[in-house]
Amino acid sequence: MFENIVEVRNLRKEFAADAVAVKDISFCVNKGEIFGLLGPNGAGKTTTIHMMLGLTRPSSGSIKIFGKDIEKDRVEILQRCNFASAYVYLPWNLKVWENLFIFSEIYGIKNRKEKIEYLLELFEIENLRNKITGTLSAGEQTRLNLCKAFLNDPELLLLDEPTASLDPDLADKVRKILKQLQKERSITVINTSHNMLDVSELCERILFVQHGNVIAEGRAEELMAKFGGASLEEVFITIARSSRLEGALGK
Amino acid sequence: MNLRTVRALLLKYAFICSRNTFRAMDVFFWPLMDLLVWGFLTLYLLKVSSAVPTLITFLIGAVIMWNILYRAQQVISVSFLDDVWNRNLLNIFAGPVRLSEYVAATYVTGILQSLIVLAILSSAAALFYSFNIFEIGLVFGAFFVNLLLMGWSLGLLTTGVIVRFGPPAEALAWAVPFLIQPVSAVFYPVSVLPPFIQPIAKLVPASYVFEGMRQILEHKTYDPNGLLISFALNVVYMLIAAFVFRHFFEEARNKGLLAKYGS
Ligand SMILES: Nc1ncnc2c1ncn2[C@@H]1O[C@H](COP(=O)(O)OP(=O)(O)OP(=O)(O)O)[C@@H](O)[C@H]1O
Ligand SMILES: [Mg+2]
Repeated sequence: MFENIVEVRNLRKEFAADAVAVKDISFCVNKGEIFGLLGPNGAGKTTTIHMMLGLTRPSSGSIKIFGKDIEKDRVEILQRCNFASAYVYLPWNLKVWENLFIFSEIYGIKNRKEKIEYLLELFEIENLRNKITGTLSAGEQTRLNLCKAFLNDPELLLLDEPTASLDPDLADKVRKILKQLQKERSITVINTSHNMLDVSELCERILFVQHGNVIAEGRAEELMAKFGGASLEEVFITIARSSRLEGALGK
Repeated sequence: MNLRTVRALLLKYAFICSRNTFRAMDVFFWPLMDLLVWGFLTLYLLKVSSAVPTLITFLIGAVIMWNILYRAQQVISVSFLDDVWNRNLLNIFAGPVRLSEYVAATYVTGILQSLIVLAILSSAAALFYSFNIFEIGLVFGAFFVNLLLMGWSLGLLTTGVIVRFGPPAEALAWAVPFLIQPVSAVFYPVSVLPPFIQPIAKLVPASYVFEGMRQILEHKTYDPNGLLISFALNVVYMLIAAFVFRHFFEEARNKGLLAKYGS
């Protein structure tokens, strides 16, 4: 039996009458699944993730995580989740370990020191332990963000373009780590990315969104068959262009 | 309210301050400069005019107490701005952090920094001007509490406005205290204000504290009713500030502003 970890129903976010970021998005994610949110720039992926974290309030619709409502049980849910984005940082004038220490306090981690050491090694930045965070390269920052995201052994991980600035070698390593954690601990992951390799290698199921609506849902092969492309990249371009054309024709 | 979370946020602030010279100057340097300028000005006034010698105690006492209020207000807004400037706000609120815990942490930093400022300024005043602020007596504790409470409310209101209106409002963190300084009776009694402004000063909790300080320094007595009114006003303003802050925070969440400033 599949266990629904995430249940998003008719989600809508209207920032203004002429700025509807999310029109109508529904999806479920099962326990232990790696789920991809795919779509062109401005499709509403980040807004959806922010609503799932309670950072932005939906205009309508519901978000249930672990069977609980994010608007009502935010803290309880977030204690079991974590989040990383290439565009959100940790305080720049703190040392790497200080930042991780503070977040391990926030999440109430028991064996903090060991956990931090383990994660620094896992993401291969143990030599940066005492470096000032602001001096890290973009890719090192990204890996630090990932360390933070794994501090509390999250059951659900929300990743917004987590590998945006990683070199191919490290992006591959991060994918392997996610796969391994999925196998070992049945971690559930929701991942947005513009890196098609990331999506096709990692995500078992993909939700394709555009202009705040769901365009397609399924496994990478299913999408390729449905939209006739030899790769996910081709599918992406086909869908994105066709609906951009529709938009231009005022349909 | 989870004290562990509050402690973690305090630790974050301590790390940020300990490594930021300019932030440390806010606590250690600027208040001292303020004291020295006003202190020497009063020494000069005493020399060239026949001003009453209590003038110097008035002004130095006022500078010390004003800085307590100012620090308490400022640190609350600036510690929020730190999270915005660090683009760390989303990481915090994507974690199991309640708004009340976040605010509590800034309140505690307000207490700590006000106490540090008090320690520095009272020592400097004793050293340079032989002025001992603690001669005011135990009631100084009540003055301190009222100034702190007013600093908290002002700080929280300022932060709320910054949350809601974003970067253009950031300068308020430094400017707000000076908006209310003229009606706070810091350096002069309420009675010298134009009659139509006096009622406004009576609504400002700090005005009772500064009036009380002058009464004690001059006549060795004070009016306990003034302190009670000050406290009651503070309680009302704290509730209003909490309500307004929560409202602005929710509105920011509605407009997706947390995500905008936080990343
Ligand atoms: N706070 C906001 N106020 C107004 N409009 C917003 C706000 N946040 C996002 N939008 C708009 O909503 C739409 C969706 O934005 P979102 O960031 O969710 O896109 P995305 O799918 O993550 O795109 P990208 O791939 O570029 O990251 C965009 O058109 C954006 O301009
Ligand atoms: Mg995005």
